[in-house]
Amino acid sequence: MSIYIIDKKIMIKATWSFIQKFSSPPHFYRISGKMQPWFMAIFIGTLIYGLIGGLYLAPTDYQQGDSFRIIYVHVPAAWMSMFIYMVMAFCAAVALIWRIKLADIVLISSAPIGAMFTAIALATGSIWGKPMWGTWWVWDARLTAELILLFLYLGIFALYNAVEDKRTGSRFVSILVLVGVVNIPIIHYSVEWWATLHQGPTVTKFDKPSIHIDMLIPLLVMAISFKCYYITTMFSRARTELLERESNAKWVTKLLVPTKAD
Amino acid sequence: MAKTRVSTRKAFSVIIWRDLMLSIRHPSEIINPLLFFIMVIILYPFAVGSDAKLLMEISTGVVWVAALLASMLSLDSIFKEDFADGTLEEMILSAHPTSILVLAKVFAHWLLTALPLIILAPILAVMLGMHDDGIVVLLLTLLIGTPVLSLIGAIGVALTVSLRGGGVILSLLILPLYIPVLIFGSGAVNNAILGLDVQGQIYMLAALFVLALFFAPLAIAAALKISLS
Amino acid sequence: MTQHYNKKNILQVKSLACQRGEKLLFSNLSFAVASGELLLLEGKNGAGKTTLLRLLSGLRRSDEGEIFWNNQEISELDFDFYQDVSFLGHHNALKLELTAQENLEVSIALSAGSEISIEKALADVKLAGYEHELVKSFSAGMKRRLAIAKLLVLDTPLWVLDEPFTSVDVKGIALIEKFINEHLQKGGLVVMTSHHEVNIEKKYITNLRL
Repeated sequence: MSIYIIDKKIMIKATWSFIQKFSSPPHFYRISGKMQPWFMAIFIGTLIYGLIGGLYLAPTDYQQGDSFRIIYVHVPAAWMSMFIYMVMAFCAAVALIWRIKLADIVLISSAPIGAMFTAIALATGSIWGKPMWGTWWVWDARLTAELILLFLYLGIFALYNAVEDKRTGSRFVSILVLVGVVNIPIIHYSVEWWATLHQGPTVTKFDKPSIHIDMLIPLLVMAISFKCYYITTMFSRARTELLERESNAKWVTKLLVPTKAD
Repeated sequence: MAKTRVSTRKAFSVIIWRDLMLSIRHPSEIINPLLFFIMVIILYPFAVGSDAKLLMEISTGVVWVAALLASMLSLDSIFKEDFADGTLEEMILSAHPTSILVLAKVFAHWLLTALPLIILAPILAVMLGMHDDGIVVLLLTLLIGTPVLSLIGAIGVALTVSLRGGGVILSLLILPLYIPVLIFGSGAVNNAILGLDVQGQIYMLAALFVLALFFAPLAIAAALKISLS
Repeated sequence: MTQHYNKKNILQVKSLACQRGEKLLFSNLSFAVASGELLLLEGKNGAGKTTLLRLLSGLRRSDEGEIFWNNQEISELDFDFYQDVSFLGHHNALKLELTAQENLEVSIALSAGSEISIEKALADVKLAGYEHELVKSFSAGMKRRLAIAKLLVLDTPLWVLDEPFTSVDVKGIALIEKFINEHLQKGGLVVMTSHHEVNIEKKYITNLRL
């Protein structure tokens, strides 16, 4: 029994040191720098393909005409708004439990991008709503939930910017994001419930049960494109943030102040 | 070193006793949010007109939103003084789990601020012309819903207590999280007025209460520890 | 005076580092304080004395390095550490709307327990007769002495004191020094800062400059 416990402890220690090495700031800085151009290239390539496919090649929708084409921006943006929040929640848990600095940085670098995608999803949803419902805004469940998500993102900025010490700010934000991620499904469920209660099934045009394959492929390509955009931008933000926070560390000095020996 | 052990239950009740005692000796902090609650409700007829039917229709929403805002307003003070005078540090360095002590504080705060509000709510609801069936359910939903508001709100306060101008940020942090409570609380009352079933919403509120009761104290304790570091 | 606490109590710090904002306060800091020893922190304002005290009391978690209490990390010990430590910070942690007695009762309830009577502790800090007075009627010096009474009542082996002599008069300082002396002789540990000269036998004191 006791041997087993020691074994387990050693195992945990070994895994721990592996994680620590892998997520060490200089290591991340180097690797992310190398990966960034590749993601950039994939982003641009898929963006061009997705936009041409979605805006020109995909067949016109028999009900909505060409106005449906906004989904090629709207839907991937809405997906990203949720996806980025989930990434942030994961980082928050890692940062709080294992106190890995990198998780803090990825979290805070992701927030503005997530907020941006949320805003895009809201704006395009509203633009799409004009021809469909004849009004810029309806209290549709998904739009409303997206609006609340935007407020969750804005809360994160407000909190982070109000704290002078960035490390403390990051830890506050980690807790807020975890509280938020518990609440997101509750908010989604309650808002959906609320919307059906108040409006009846008049706005179910969004839930198209099937989608033509020629329409679907560009949509998925756009989703990949947006993800790559997120990774590229997040990398640049994280790298800058990392240099700023680690400005006392040796590896940063080495990096920024070229020595004569080199 | 045979020390007489203090049980955590004792610590829990002493914290409640202390906070009740403090506000009895210094009662303005209980009364102000209550006056705010009444004032917000009184403002509505001036804004939308004294038409009895319209007031009756919006009564549920008015009372619930006012209760929610009053709850948030009063929460602002829950940790402020303890943070300023050092007793919050003492609480965190206590030999008992911070989450339990924090729960005691939230409970005391709920007793002091939410309970009077719940007692007043039927009177105001009558003034707005709410039906009797609605008032019974209003009481019930406030009774289950306001502890959830206190628990979620305290997380926000714990995150902002060390910040200058934390009050404004607080509303941005916690109001989005209040939305489900508002939906189910006012939904139940509206259903009751329409003579529909209210069980579903009440169960949902109860579920939110249980969830908040288990998770909020942990988040509050973690946030307070960071606020003090 | 007889040994009162476990003689083997020891507080160890290993390669501790702390950063506040952009500024590195200290790094690679290692030391140990054993039973019966006083560690006196010195350094300019802003050198990180208060931050170090908050780290040692368990209020703040270190950025790097570890703190051990009897060879166990304090963050792992959690409550088992907190019940052995008393922290006196800039604030007295007193409720002004409560009486002296009530304040101490709350403190005891928050601790693991106490064997020393409130009456005795209040008499020791020369506050006998003020048991049932509200603390808001106290002078600054009386409040500080009441905060010291808390240390006496809780009777924990490790005292972490941030400027314990502030707002206390000469007599009060002598009194607090006497308590610290007794605490050390009982086998207690003290980590503290002070702007004043600390009148305690040199053999107990270790100085640490930040």
